Amino acid sequence: MNNHSHLLLVQELKTYFYTFEGVAKAVDEISFYLDKGETLGLVGESGCGKTVTAMSIMRLIPEPPGRIAHGQILFEGANLLELSMKHMRAIRGKRISMIFQEPMTSLNPVFTVGDQISEMFVLHQNLSKREGWEQAVEMLRTVQIPSPEKRVHEYPHQLSGGMRQRAMIAMALSCNPEILIADEPSTALDVTIQAQIIDLMMQLKEDFDAAIMLITHDLGVIAEIAQRIVVMYAGKVVEEGQTLAIFEEPKHPYTRGLLKSIPKLGERSRYGRQRLQEISGIVPSLYELPPGCSFCPRCPESMAMCQERVPELVDIGEAHRVRCWLY
Amino acid sequence: MDLRPRLTLAMIIYIARRLTQGVVVLLAVSLICFIIFRYAGDPVVTLAGRYATLQEREMVRKAFGLDRPFYIQYTRFIANAAQGNFGKSFVSRVPAFGLIIERFPATVELATSAIFISFVLGVGLGVLVSLKPYALRNRFIMAGSLFNISMPTFLTGILLIMVFAVYLKVLPPFGRGETVTIGFWRTGFLTWSGITHLILPAFTLGMYQLAVLLRLTRAGMREVLTEEYIKTAWAKGLPPMKVIFKHALRNALIPVVTMTGLQFGELIAFSIITETIFQWPGMGNLLLTSIYESDQPVIVTYIMLAALIILSLNIIVDILYAYLNPKIRYD
Ligand SMILES: Nc1ncnc2c1ncn2[C@@H]1O[C@H](COP(=O)(O)OP(=O)(O)O)[C@@H](O)[C@H]1O
Ligand SMILES: [Mg+2]
Repeated sequence: MNNHSHLLLVQELKTYFYTFEGVAKAVDEISFYLDKGETLGLVGESGCGKTVTAMSIMRLIPEPPGRIAHGQILFEGANLLELSMKHMRAIRGKRISMIFQEPMTSLNPVFTVGDQISEMFVLHQNLSKREGWEQAVEMLRTVQIPSPEKRVHEYPHQLSGGMRQRAMIAMALSCNPEILIADEPSTALDVTIQAQIIDLMMQLKEDFDAAIMLITHDLGVIAEIAQRIVVMYAGKVVEEGQTLAIFEEPKHPYTRGLLKSIPKLGERSRYGRQRLQEISGIVPSLYELPPGCSFCPRCPESMAMCQERVPELVDIGEAHRVRCWLY
Repeated sequence: MDLRPRLTLAMIIYIARRLTQGVVVLLAVSLICFIIFRYAGDPVVTLAGRYATLQEREMVRKAFGLDRPFYIQYTRFIANAAQGNFGKSFVSRVPAFGLIIERFPATVELATSAIFISFVLGVGLGVLVSLKPYALRNRFIMAGSLFNISMPTFLTGILLIMVFAVYLKVLPPFGRGETVTIGFWRTGFLTWSGITHLILPAFTLGMYQLAVLLRLTRAGMREVLTEEYIKTAWAKGLPPMKVIFKHALRNALIPVVTMTGLQFGELIAFSIITETIFQWPGMGNLLLTSIYESDQPVIVTYIMLAALIILSLNIIVDILYAYLNPKIRYD
């Protein structure tokens, strides 16, 4: 495999948190890649290390308690983990940008939307403040916020949740980044708004020609838009492959569980979520993981050896890999 | 394109409402003052003199309108007070208002210096400490601030005098030094002697506020630094200076500015202890003397002026708060 052919290549990344309770291996030897213009889905239940993975790429892990203990993050061949903070800042927001889960709290409440978006242009493109504001209006127009000339002067609390997330997207895309990391961009929103935001992101992805790493715990969203999927569980990749392959033939029992819990269209509104099959049990605490496969206690197909040894990630088909003793 | 927040109708209404409230409170204070003035001791005796005959007293009562109904007297008191006329000092026989105003610049300059020192050092150290709360140096700063808060003003003052004036002999122990008069304002800011005389009392007066503002800034910053929008700011690629001083501090400052404004009014009004220790020729010192001498007009003038200052600052603080906090400004 040629490292330089991937836009982003994460190799054996380990991000640990050292707390009073012990060491939380939030990300434990993760490897995956993202190609130019591609949409990659990163899925897994809450707490399995998706946000930590994203924050590691941005080098925004709070130290202490966190630390990137091992690995490489190659962006166009250069290891981000070896860059000086100054060089890293030139990449953040400009070449790799990120939007967060909570549109309610991820914009600064005391500055106008225009101020916060124009900051990107002033910082990364050396525009004057005035030019930055003009560009901010254009960006708000691009993300389809009505009457952007007026909205640009408003504060976050004057916008609805959906509009704030649009403003966040405008901010993230303002410098034409090569990679957009979207950490559960629609989870906190209403179902109808969710669909709008996802549609908008997909449309803009074409216009801006950016690669997207879409983080979510909802496989339903991923199905429509991602070319490839990486499934995470307790800090490890458990399955990885083309979206089609994973949806047609999920290999890992965890992936199958996740797929069963996707609501069918229409069911979501009519019956609510109680008819869905959930995976039994809860995500184990990172401080007391079982010695073998982390999923073993919840796995319907677990065997004796699952309790003893951690399975390796094995190739089982065309770019399809799975971490399970069944294969 | 207008880049600054505009004065909206909502904000004008807000200011008008606060002003009205201020006037009401001021009237209440004036009523209390009037009652003290009128009924604590018989003003006729004070005005006519202890040895005046009954007839003379009656004449004085008529001449000064003291025989009129309460509400008419009160209205006159208000009308006079509005013009700064609170009667003459019993002791020095000159208008009480003039006496107070003469001392006003000294107190304002002292309080301004104190609040400036405590705001700059308090916010500066507060931010510094919040960035690395567990560093040894910062633990020392926090312990020091706690020590400061629990130390009474007179002790701080005396210790500072002992160290810097008596032992090291680098700063003068008392007085205001040379002053320059500009219009009615006698300032100590423009001479070297005036500034050196200001340092110790300003630190003494501001020490407690410094510690309070430091702790408030630290607490605010630590909370704000964990907010999502700070992660957004880092993710944008902003340099630490911008993240800390623009995105975080601006949010953390909202309660700090409010506190500073409120304390400023109190520093002006209640600098009595510091002024006494340093023999500072300000209003606080005058008030203390007047209380010893039961000089009612001066005391009443002082109370009214203090109320006016504190109220005005309250209103300014509210407006500033609304300015800093857009959620208030637009609701
Ligand atoms: N600041 C932190 N301090 C300690 N542990 C943390 C911290 N951030 C994350 N973790 C650990 O990392 C795990 C994964 O978190 P996260 O990546 O946010 O999950 P998610 O997949 O829901 O985004 C958490 O369960 C937690 O144990
Ligand atoms: Mg998360």
